[in-house]
Amino acid sequence: MSEEGVVKKFMFVNRKAPYGTIYALESLEVVLISAAFDQDVSLAFLDDGVFQLKKGQQTKGIENKNFSPTYRALDGYDIEKLYVEKEALDARGLTEDDLLVDVTVMSSAELGKLMEEQDVVLSF
Amino acid sequence: MLHIVNKSPQDRNTLDSCLRVAQAGGTVLLIEDGVYAVVKGNAAESKLKAALGKFKVCALAPDVDARGIADRVMDGVTLVDYAGFVDLVAENKNCQSWL
Amino acid sequence: MAMCEVNGKTFETDEEGYLANITDWNEDIGAYLAQTENLPLTEQHWEVVNFLREYYNEFQIAPAVRVLTKAIGKKLGPEKGNSQYLYELFPYGPAKQACKIAGLPKPTGCI
Repeated sequence: MSEEGVVKKFMFVNRKAPYGTIYALESLEVVLISAAFDQDVSLAFLDDGVFQLKKGQQTKGIENKNFSPTYRALDGYDIEKLYVEKEALDARGLTEDDLLVDVTVMSSAELGKLMEEQDVVLSF
Repeated sequence: MLHIVNKSPQDRNTLDSCLRVAQAGGTVLLIEDGVYAVVKGNAAESKLKAALGKFKVCALAPDVDARGIADRVMDGVTLVDYAGFVDLVAENKNCQSWL
Repeated sequence: MAMCEVNGKTFETDEEGYLANITDWNEDIGAYLAQTENLPLTEQHWEVVNFLREYYNEFQIAPAVRVLTKAIGKKLGPEKGNSQYLYELFPYGPAKQACKIAGLPKPTGCI
């Protein structure tokens, strides 16, 4: 890299449910690749994006790859900042216990503040 | 920070999500079908009016013109052309597209 | 794409020789894929191959080399959790060779 040693804050904003569109899977793949560049990476889950982290996904019947276990690999990639919007969970009848990874739950406003602090926001 | 919304408020909740999360002082730019939110008397008018007090609200003029709503734009909304779009991206620290 | 047969079981590989369908894999096919890489398999090789299969079963991805190295170190000890050890076993890279032999897709973010 030309700017060796420069660490920027990257936030991946995930707002789509996992199987209806390709956004969630595409985001996850870019996140895994980004881990190779030693940047300050965080993931935010808003709106239907919180469904990506729902426990108990069984995709055999729709003949799709179940990529939800991969979120549990993120820790091994040193991606530990996962933020979930509380309002999004509430609106969907979910709580933190429904999610398959450890996350930080925060309000929309807190999330908006974090978003402002990023150098780069990647929208999915 | 710049927030871009490209979905009609009657079709999707994208504008709601944006206004819920965005921090006061930021800029909201409506493009594509997102520009329908600026029409006087539309169902999202009150939301947008409230937003005008918190954010700079812009709409992309070519998209407004294309949809035949140029004569119904709410007061307080700033119309920008493509060059203005680029200026907004350049003058803000970062940008979230509410796809 | 090519169809191959090992001990009566047919399976498909892609243009780079990776197994097309991970569920086709068995140890005979693993040994066959190693042969296509001209790599004789020792117990140490199998240890890494089996580790990769377990990792894939748990997380549904092939790990990046850095992640693999760290995870191997955790499970099999620091003398094995380093890239020198892994490259000695798999000269063309653990990602390229070990994943192929394990029947996994190429790792995401593999460089």
